[in-house]
Amino acid sequence: MMLRALIFALFFASTAAIASSTTEAALASDPVAEKRLQALSEELRCLVCQNQTIADSNAELAQDLRREIRGMIKEGKSDKEIVDFMVVRYGDFVLYRPPVKGITLLLWGGPIALMIFGLFALQRYLRQRATRISAADQPLSADEASRAEALLKELNPK
Amino acid sequence: MNRYFWILGGFAALVALLAVGLGLNPRDVPSPLVGKPAPAFNLAVLASPEKTLGPKDMQGKVWLLNVWASWCVSCRAEHPVLVEFSKKVDVPLLGLNYKEVRGDGEFDMSKMPVDEEKKLAFQRANKWLADHGNPYSLTLMDLDGRVGIDYGVYGVPETYVIDKAGIIRMKHTGPISPEILGKKIMPLLAELNK
Repeated sequence: MMLRALIFALFFASTAAIASSTTEAALASDPVAEKRLQALSEELRCLVCQNQTIADSNAELAQDLRREIRGMIKEGKSDKEIVDFMVVRYGDFVLYRPPVKGITLLLWGGPIALMIFGLFALQRYLRQRATRISAADQPLSADEASRAEALLKELNPK
Repeated sequence: MNRYFWILGGFAALVALLAVGLGLNPRDVPSPLVGKPAPAFNLAVLASPEKTLGPKDMQGKVWLLNVWASWCVSCRAEHPVLVEFSKKVDVPLLGLNYKEVRGDGEFDMSKMPVDEEKKLAFQRANKWLADHGNPYSLTLMDLDGRVGIDYGVYGVPETYVIDKAGIIRMKHTGPISPEILGKKIMPLLAELNK
């Protein structure tokens, strides 16, 4: 039952993919331009379904934006000009790799800062642990030894 | 004791960070267009298709641009607020009809000639305004959504406040509630109209 549902789902997913690729196929006649379009649109976020790139998304807006990018490639615009076109309209948010600046500092620096903090915490913990162990790891004094012996004797008298 | 204090403190900080993060609306993407001149366009007017109009015709006025379409469900929710607004306030409210036909998803655009799309779009937009009331001074028809792209439209409805110099002063994505209108848009309009 599960298997059948899965096969069904896969079937529909594949036909949907074919359908979308055929409608756009007419536009995609130039393989070099298509490659550039692919590379560019993988760097750009689709604002409708925010966790997909413009390359992956089948939303209306993503299709429109792919059309715009195609047009700009045809006009001979550079990659930078095309990316700037997007940023001017939708902000840094469209970039999957936003530029490093004041507002994105926490985003870029956060993981590194967190790792450094973690390393320091680990080092401190290991050092404390080492001193704790060495402090506890003293041989028994004569007094303690005799007490331990007495206790052991108590437990299992011969 | 000391150690637990640190662990608890760290945990509380994490919870606070996540609470703030999850409380933010991921759809509320700050528009880079605020503070910039409204992108130029020249689009056909719904009421008289032979005429066109653009932002430069609105120079010297504070005005609102509201992006809508008859297929947009949230537009229906905000519409009464706009109708009410247009009755009370003397600020031009222009409609930007965004992809009336091709945005709908009901039509196979590869089979529809441009003329037919245009006719259908005007028909549908007119009917929708007749049914729900027309708050707009006039509506401009963006059939292929290119002007929408220039304005960074990604979720209809969207509303822009544009000042006398033609600078975008505010953008709101999503339906306008009476609260947003009263607390954000009205004070801004009053200030800009001073």
